[in-house]
Amino acid sequence: MKRMKRLAALLGCFLILIPLAATAEDGFSTSYTYTYDFWEDSQASPDAYRVATVIDSMTLGLDNLEGVRINKPQALYARGNLLYLCDTSNNRILEIERGKGNTFTVKRIIREMKGSAVNTFSQPYDVFADPEGNLYVADYGNQRVTKMDRDLNWIQDFVKPADATFDQKLNFLPRKIVVDVAGRVYALCQNVNKGLAKYEADGTFSGFIGANAVKISMAEYMWKRYFQTREQRAQTESFVPTEYENIYIDREGFIYATNIVFSEYDLKSDSAKPIRRLNSLGNDILIKNDRFPPIGDLWWIEQGSEGYGPSKFVDITVMDNDIYVALDRTRGRLFGYDSQGVMLWAFGTKGNVEGAFTGAVSIEHMGYDLLVLDQVENSVTLFQTTEYGQTIYDASEAYLRGEYDASADQWRSVLKMNANYPLAFRGIGRAVLRQNRYEEAMDYFKLAHDRANYGRAFKLYRKDWVEANIGWILGILAAVLIIPLVIGRIRRMKGEVVMHEQSRIRK
Amino acid sequence: MNRAESVSKKALTAQAGFGRYLDSLRYALHVITHPFDGFWDLVHEKRGTLGAAHTFLALFLLTRVLKLLLTSFQFISAPVQYINVFEEMASLALPFLILCLANWAMTTLFDGKGRFRDIYTAMCYALVPYILIQLPMILVSNMLTFEEASLYSVMLSISVIWSVFLVFVGLMEVHDYGPGKTFIFMIVTVVGAAVIIFLLLVFFSLLSDALSYFISMYREIVFRLN
Repeated sequence: MKRMKRLAALLGCFLILIPLAATAEDGFSTSYTYTYDFWEDSQASPDAYRVATVIDSMTLGLDNLEGVRINKPQALYARGNLLYLCDTSNNRILEIERGKGNTFTVKRIIREMKGSAVNTFSQPYDVFADPEGNLYVADYGNQRVTKMDRDLNWIQDFVKPADATFDQKLNFLPRKIVVDVAGRVYALCQNVNKGLAKYEADGTFSGFIGANAVKISMAEYMWKRYFQTREQRAQTESFVPTEYENIYIDREGFIYATNIVFSEYDLKSDSAKPIRRLNSLGNDILIKNDRFPPIGDLWWIEQGSEGYGPSKFVDITVMDNDIYVALDRTRGRLFGYDSQGVMLWAFGTKGNVEGAFTGAVSIEHMGYDLLVLDQVENSVTLFQTTEYGQTIYDASEAYLRGEYDASADQWRSVLKMNANYPLAFRGIGRAVLRQNRYEEAMDYFKLAHDRANYGRAFKLYRKDWVEANIGWILGILAAVLIIPLVIGRIRRMKGEVVMHEQSRIRK
Repeated sequence: MNRAESVSKKALTAQAGFGRYLDSLRYALHVITHPFDGFWDLVHEKRGTLGAAHTFLALFLLTRVLKLLLTSFQFISAPVQYINVFEEMASLALPFLILCLANWAMTTLFDGKGRFRDIYTAMCYALVPYILIQLPMILVSNMLTFEEASLYSVMLSISVIWSVFLVFVGLMEVHDYGPGKTFIFMIVTVVGAAVIIFLLLVFFSLLSDALSYFISMYREIVFRLN
């Protein structure tokens, strides 16, 4: 009995504490995981991901292996159960194998290869592994992208293009690389603003793709052209396209690129485009079907405070279900968007506890698991989905496979965990609409603020309603038309009678 | 006998007054369809009443609020949870009155014929198309789908254009101005309204300064006396 009482008291305490723990007031001071609602307010949400483990020099046992700890790593790359980590300042690449139960062991420490003139790396900024196991390294300090096979035998180098389109005065400084299925290499080079340098598989340079377009407003042009003196013009900043920050190639061969140089006022109007999906011509084909383009946080606290400014995506990764996750440097957050550009969740914060970042630089995925590299903490954080996060994925994948009822059931269980989730309402609405339950579907779409789908459901509902009630609608219409006619007739007859009476009196 | 007669006369005039009010309400339909004659008679032939004008202004405010609250969510995104009905009404009624006042102030200096009462009445009558179209459109919006939004927005634009046209004609007839002069004075009115708002702000800030001066003086005296 006494124990029961204590339990009840404890439960009471928890109930009091829960509302305190779950305060989501704005885009800055928010709960760890949140979403944005229709009114741009952030809403606290259950965690979609939780930290499974943190990998650093200690857990990898690097002290025993070479005695050199990870120092300012710049990139991660995951393929299968292998994880490549660019230990940039130590001029090496760590090949880490993921075993069962989230154990990570160092398989190889790659310091040099065989068969090249220069066999060592100098500040490797990025690494890529193709399905055959060939490794590509963006060898920043040696001004090349180098390719080797799985046994580290050098195959070829991709070097500074001897082409007129590449300014020969500049150094060739590859920072990020991706390789497509045909073996074409796309390199993001420092100080080059013409887009990504593209190499054929045989190493020939075949031009730049996906340059950032320069936009200049009419007013700016007039001001520069007609009102500024030559000296003033020389002093103002010139309009040049900006470099991308990072690139990722998805399973369909489209390149996702992030951009962190923009004016924050261009974000919501979608002219900043911090995330792009480039096709082979270099055009942006990212789908944006939400109220806001994918820009990370919609708003933030005042200038001058810590955590001020728009989200700046330093890296991006795309899962097999076309859900992409962008990593924000400003507030150390991760933003997940589905293929339609709808934000699924956002989480993360700055700090040095588990699940917080001080210098997040790179993100990768293994299945649904996310790995985030921190260049200050020199650690990799592994996130795994919670039941909530996994149900969201299951639901959207079931919908894409065409299993609408299964998808609706999944969305219902999402709603049980988070009643503030518009996507769930939309998902159920779509499934209910397919079962011809229009009125119910309307309710769900209204809760999701989905106007187009609501209109679709309402159109069908309206048709049914009119067909069911056509009898009395016609009745009222007829009455409205006929009753005035009848009244007029009666009046006229009355008038005739009166006239008749009067004529009789006159006689 | 005499007394009874006066009572019945009073009742009769009251009835006539109400009848006149109803007539002036009905007259709005004539005004919006025949604005040139309508506004002239409204003011110069005393066809309009202040009561009707107040009614139209009240209906206008009501329409705005109902529109925010009851229009189908497919066409309007009003944050219902944040709307304060009285704030919403005041944010329309005050500018309306200030604009009327500014117009009166400006036109009086440049031989406008209208009194403030006439301007106010004419402007309230000019709101009638807005009420007549937008009030039913609230209902209609709940029968339309998102794809039919163009129909909805066309009707809204018609109501606004019609009302603005009536404001223009109304001011022309009330002041006996030509179109060009009316147009100029519409712009001048906006400037005048800005000046009025500026003066009000200055007045209130000076008032609060003066009050705080006297309060601190009082405190100082009390402090010294103690």
